[in-house]
Amino acid sequence: MRALVVDDSRAIRSIIGKTVKELGFELLEAGNGKEALERLEAAGTVELVLVDWNMPEMNGFDFLVAARQNPAWKDTVIMMVTTETEMAQMQRALDAGANEYVMKPFTKDVLHEKLQLVGLAA
Amino acid sequence: MIGQAEFDFLRALIRERSAIVLEPGKEYLVESRLLPILRGGGFASPVELVARLRREPRGELERRVVEAMTTNETSFFRDHHPFEALRTRFLPDLIAARRPERRLRFWSNACSTGQEAYSLAMLLTEHFPELGAWDVSIFASDLSREMVARTTAGSYGQLEVNRGLPAAFLVKYFERHGTSWQVKAPLRKLVTARELNLVEAWPALPAFDVIFLRNVLIYFDLETKRAILRRARQALRPDGLLLLGSAETTIMVDDGWERLPAGVSVAYRAAAAVRRAGAA
Ligand SMILES: C[S@@+](CC[C@H](N)C(=O)[O-])C[C@H]1O[C@@H](n2cnc3c(N)ncnc32)[C@H](O)[C@@H]1O
Repeated sequence: MRALVVDDSRAIRSIIGKTVKELGFELLEAGNGKEALERLEAAGTVELVLVDWNMPEMNGFDFLVAARQNPAWKDTVIMMVTTETEMAQMQRALDAGANEYVMKPFTKDVLHEKLQLVGLAA
Repeated sequence: MIGQAEFDFLRALIRERSAIVLEPGKEYLVESRLLPILRGGGFASPVELVARLRREPRGELERRVVEAMTTNETSFFRDHHPFEALRTRFLPDLIAARRPERRLRFWSNACSTGQEAYSLAMLLTEHFPELGAWDVSIFASDLSREMVARTTAGSYGQLEVNRGLPAAFLVKYFERHGTSWQVKAPLRKLVTARELNLVEAWPALPAFDVIFLRNVLIYFDLETKRAILRRARQALRPDGLLLLGSAETTIMVDDGWERLPAGVSVAYRAAAAVRRAGAA
């Protein structure tokens, strides 16, 4: 299974990337929403996208809306990586087609629980 | 560092009051959990604290010390699978069996901060709308007064709602107050929380359809586990279900149960022979 981690901070990408790999995913990375769309386009099947909310160029929400317009990715699980303040916008993200959220910072156990909720972990 | 005499006194006290077994070697644990009480109460050392506990058995300080020794780790939909098994397998059967009386009684034991009770409340509301017209109640209990108060409040911090709770449930069943999230009133109404010590006398309780007894027997010795399982059986309807934590089992503890496996989860029901004896 493949996971795309989208965040403009390379440090955060590497922390989240490590957790994702520990949970058995092959890791892809992108620095903003636009890059993420390109990666998805090039990659073929990606099971999971973990996308930060606040990013330059294209933010996580705009990425979500754009990605959900492409039927090829309808089964891709999109999980919003949020901060406390962004939680207020959760309903908007769900309406736009997000599958789940995870608040950062998070541990491997927390991500595992989230993956269980969306059927990507036993 | 806590002395041997103080550790032994506390260990015996905790065991007597809560049945929680603290093995030698857990000095560090006892010490770190006592720290807030030592500081808050102005005790210079564990020696002073223990002296006061000896003078005031069954007092307020003793209660706080015992409560401080409990582990309150929990999460929404803990372990995921038991709740899936309830939703897909056990509840549909149980609801069919109760349709004539339209009543269901649940008990979330050792409920800690209440996530288990509210997970159940959400699951019932979301997936079994028919129950809206039934008499459904969830009794939640814990030894700790503080945990009972937290369960009643049904209010959770960001870290707590980040664990195991689907986003859709968070926005649907919770209200945001600043940085905390409170379970909405209709769900809170389903849950009644009370202090109840599993090793003391239980109050008169209605017969339950499902008892959650999860992640608490692990703290007790074999005899205590056995006694509690036996009482849990008596507190259940004859066809009622018992759910244990993932590291707990009735096997080799109390053989009055039959196992009902469902996927990777197991529920327990009073064994047929025991049910017949009860009916006779
Ligand atoms: C680890 S929590 C379990 C919470 C929840 N049932 C779950 O599985 O997530 C254990 C709880 O057991 C409670 N407890 C410990 N000894 C008890 C006793 N003798 N009677 C009732 N509750 C007890 C503690 O206060 C604590 O909240």
